[in-house]
Amino acid sequence: MPHRLSRPGRRIDPARALHFTFDGAPHRGFAGDTLASALLGAGRILMGRSFKYHRPRGPVTAGQDEPNALVGLGQGGRFEPNQRATATPLFEGLTAISQNRWPSLEHDVGSVNARLSRFLPAGFYYKTFLWPASFWKKVYEPVIRASAGLGRPPEGPDADRYEHLHTHCDLAIVGGGIAGLAAALEAGRAGRRVLLMEQDTIWGGRTVTDGAIDGTTIDGLDPAAWVARAVDDLSAMDSVTLRSGLMGAGVYDHGYLTAHERVADDRPGADAPRHRLWKIRAGHIVTATGGLERPLAFAGNDLPGVMLASAVRDYVCDYAVTPGRRVVIVTTNDDAYRTALALLDAGVEVPAVIDARSQVTGALPTRVRDRGVEIVTGSGLRAEGTGRVERVLVCDVTGDGTPTRRIACDAVAMSGGWSPVPHLWSHCGGKLTWNDERGFFAPDPDRPPVGADGTGMVSAIGTAAGHMDAAACLGQADTPVTQPVERLPRPTWIMPERAGPALRSKMFLDYQNDVKVSDIQLAAQEGFVSVEHAKRYTTLGMATDQGKLSNINGLAVLSDAVGRPIPDVGTTTFRPPYVPISMGSIAGEARGEIFQPLRRTPLHDWHEANGATWEPVGHWRRPYCYTRDGEDIRAAVSREIRNVRENVGLLDASTLGKIVVKGPDAGRFMDLLYTNMMSTLAVGRCRYGLMCSENGFLMDDGVVARLSEDTFLCHTTTGGADRIHAHMEEWLQTEWWDLKVHTANVTEQWAQIAVVGPRARDVLDRLGGMDLSRDAMPFMTWSDGTLADLPVRVFRISFSGELSYEVAVPANLGRALWDRLLEAGADMGVMPYGTEALHVLRAEKGFIMIGDETDGTVIPQDLGLHWAISKKKDDFIGKRGQQRSHMTDPDRWKLVGLETLDGGVLPDGAYAALDDRNANGQRKTEGRVTSTYYSPTLKRGIAMGLILNGPDRMGETVTFPGTDGKVHTARIVDPVFYDKQGARQDV
Amino acid sequence: MLILDCPYCGVRCDETELTPGGEAHLTRHGPGSDDADFERYLFQRRNPRGVHLERWRHAYGCGKWFHAARHTVTMQVFGTYPAQTTEPPADIVERIRASDPDWTFGDDT
Repeated sequence: MPHRLSRPGRRIDPARALHFTFDGAPHRGFAGDTLASALLGAGRILMGRSFKYHRPRGPVTAGQDEPNALVGLGQGGRFEPNQRATATPLFEGLTAISQNRWPSLEHDVGSVNARLSRFLPAGFYYKTFLWPASFWKKVYEPVIRASAGLGRPPEGPDADRYEHLHTHCDLAIVGGGIAGLAAALEAGRAGRRVLLMEQDTIWGGRTVTDGAIDGTTIDGLDPAAWVARAVDDLSAMDSVTLRSGLMGAGVYDHGYLTAHERVADDRPGADAPRHRLWKIRAGHIVTATGGLERPLAFAGNDLPGVMLASAVRDYVCDYAVTPGRRVVIVTTNDDAYRTALALLDAGVEVPAVIDARSQVTGALPTRVRDRGVEIVTGSGLRAEGTGRVERVLVCDVTGDGTPTRRIACDAVAMSGGWSPVPHLWSHCGGKLTWNDERGFFAPDPDRPPVGADGTGMVSAIGTAAGHMDAAACLGQADTPVTQPVERLPRPTWIMPERAGPALRSKMFLDYQNDVKVSDIQLAAQEGFVSVEHAKRYTTLGMATDQGKLSNINGLAVLSDAVGRPIPDVGTTTFRPPYVPISMGSIAGEARGEIFQPLRRTPLHDWHEANGATWEPVGHWRRPYCYTRDGEDIRAAVSREIRNVRENVGLLDASTLGKIVVKGPDAGRFMDLLYTNMMSTLAVGRCRYGLMCSENGFLMDDGVVARLSEDTFLCHTTTGGADRIHAHMEEWLQTEWWDLKVHTANVTEQWAQIAVVGPRARDVLDRLGGMDLSRDAMPFMTWSDGTLADLPVRVFRISFSGELSYEVAVPANLGRALWDRLLEAGADMGVMPYGTEALHVLRAEKGFIMIGDETDGTVIPQDLGLHWAISKKKDDFIGKRGQQRSHMTDPDRWKLVGLETLDGGVLPDGAYAALDDRNANGQRKTEGRVTSTYYSPTLKRGIAMGLILNGPDRMGETVTFPGTDGKVHTARIVDPVFYDKQGARQDV
Repeated sequence: MLILDCPYCGVRCDETELTPGGEAHLTRHGPGSDDADFERYLFQRRNPRGVHLERWRHAYGCGKWFHAARHTVTMQVFGTYPAQTTEPPADIVERIRASDPDWTFGDDT
């Protein structure tokens, strides 16, 4: 039985009790405990159920590589699933629940899956549930989702906040064990800016615990004292930053490193970010990330009570808990003997050490043997028990598993040897070499990930580089180190090596995903011989632990099954983050109102205060309409439209793009940018222009005003200003850099107000200061002047078909102009209108809208805009593209107006369907609706659409099946529905 | 997350300040070009596994387009240079050849 020992633990403070609950039951632990050590101390070994078979599981590790002891932490907006109990520091009031079980952890209905395991082989997802297809959604998927999986997702918004931190350093060292500390001391003494990070809350790594067991000394000090001195020395250095609780998560190109800091996990509700994501640019990165112990693949190795040997001694020495009273050790190496010594020192019984090696003569085994513990050489074992380990059956390690003896025990400490942690080294392309003697992959110093200058940007040191002794980890020839010398391990991938199918199907490689030796062998047999394929087929190394425990064992078994050496099989790809990090930390501060910056016009506050319903347009908010008391949106839009047609309306047009093109070659450049001839535009006049991409497709439109001989002002769509400005700059800088032209995006320098309707001139005349009469300022001209004592530039242009002036003022005067216009027009019925009225007004006139009538596949010729495409120019962007055979095909979908026979409104985006069917049995189409509205002016539905040969088919009817089952019939008509002669705008 | 030096403003740019623009040194084929040339110009872009000359814009900085000579596998940067040129400068070609002696500008293979 697991229990608390009456001895000190390095990390815990028995004077400070902490209270927590697990599945609702109250428990007590100590400050310094992890959730797992506190549960072990409370006598509980069962902490979870496995993913697929719902097998009972206890912790295997004492750290971040834990596959089994996954719990849901917290409550409500602070609930988080799949947290490793072994790496969760205990705090007062912690609440944890177990996962993947029903109705309770002890009595789980899903564990019937384990008895069905014969029917859930590798790749069973791909082999079962294939037919009938309709069963997927209603039967198979719900059943699979209910019975397999990890924790449930949190509900509702995250109650915590998170932040990003950006920093730079010469040297970032990941890992605060003795190797990382030694490297930081050396770099710090040389005056380099060093950031040393350690994922654990304490410094020194394994050496402190292990060294206390075996009597290691560094520079004449015990490891704890040496570490304390190193940390003191480093703390005194101005150029060194030390951070514990900071996990190096990922290495990216050119020395970019991310790290995850748990700031306030143990203080729910504190006034602090819960996690902090560090974004570090380092001149060089050192990975001192240590190693991970490998489990052994023996039958029954997933029973609660079977743990890594290193985890067992961590629990004993650091937390003063033991997983059992009688612990068998099974090993392939000398290191596990430290566990035996730790257990013996703590008064826990060690009935035997089972060693796969036939010769066991090292210093550590000798010490164990001297203390009266039997060492059974050349042997392996299997574990048995109901719900937890009760006994082991010892066998010849090279044999078929025939038991030679039986040993009663309640825990097993296993060690399959150590592997360096190569993750960060490998994230950006660092290569590994196979060490056959010790059975691990280690970073190949000759093939590091390369930085901008072509040299290695990452170095691995210490155990992470494959060094398994303290002297090599320190890398300092002049520092004396005493440590017991270890003999070589015997890499052992399955135990025993000639185990039959019955045993192999109980040897778990990946605990988290329930992948067994037999699954990998089946995958290989079925042809999944690539390690990446075998991983995906069997799910080996997936989910939260990402193969930290299972990777090497799994590929060793695959290597054996496919008859190729391990280095040829290779590893799966290591991807960041090293340990899962919270989505919240990735999002950082970018949530809610500050997810994205909001662009506000100078009139934004007025709109807000006057009933605006907002519509997002690019990063702007524009008023969709302004509702008045008792009015719905539809009524408001109709009122605004009627008022523009009958009286006068005001539109905030400030968001429209305004780009100045200036220089001696401005005319030439404008001719290349626009499909129209712009160089001939007279100063003082305006011209509607089209811009295409080099593909020939229409990308933007707007009115161009010639301000002077060498200056043009280009209006763009609201969403297009930045894109079009970038488009201009790209061509100017990268293709026509000989042209003497500058561009400037002055969109935000101006407020622009459209004054629109039959009484527009009357309102403006009242402001006084300019002659805006038809003769003084004809249609499609502009003029600088003064209105209501404000400096203005007035454009006489119209997007509604009405008499219309767009008045621009410096942005800070926008509100003043708006207020003057409202006052001046009060008795003429002046009122603001929004974007929906704008859309309907333009559709009534058959004006196209970029993004409605265009979608990146439409050329101006499709829209009847031939008149705006110059035939005189040798070149413009898109001209060559429009000459391609498909663009000149007479059978293209072209713009027409559409009128429903019943006066109703066509559904937006509906396709015109023919009776003919294509090869898939679908009805063929001959066009689609691009804009559709109810016109309050005409009191009927109007629409525009692209129809096959549309302009040649006036008066014909086409049918539009709606998604609601209704079929709409519409007549093809001229797209100009209102005032076809254009008389109203030219008065 | 690349770092590239902007040859105009001299700023060492983080990739988040930049927008990519694909292959550099394209020859534009406009009106009058044959279909094959136009297709190559518009659609057939080089995407080598190795040394690549590419366009970047210092979009959240000085706004200038520049060229970078970069190895697409190792991420080594041989240099950056202004976009107003039809071929890479000699010192950058020299640095590229130090890493890949067979490399020639404009070689499609």
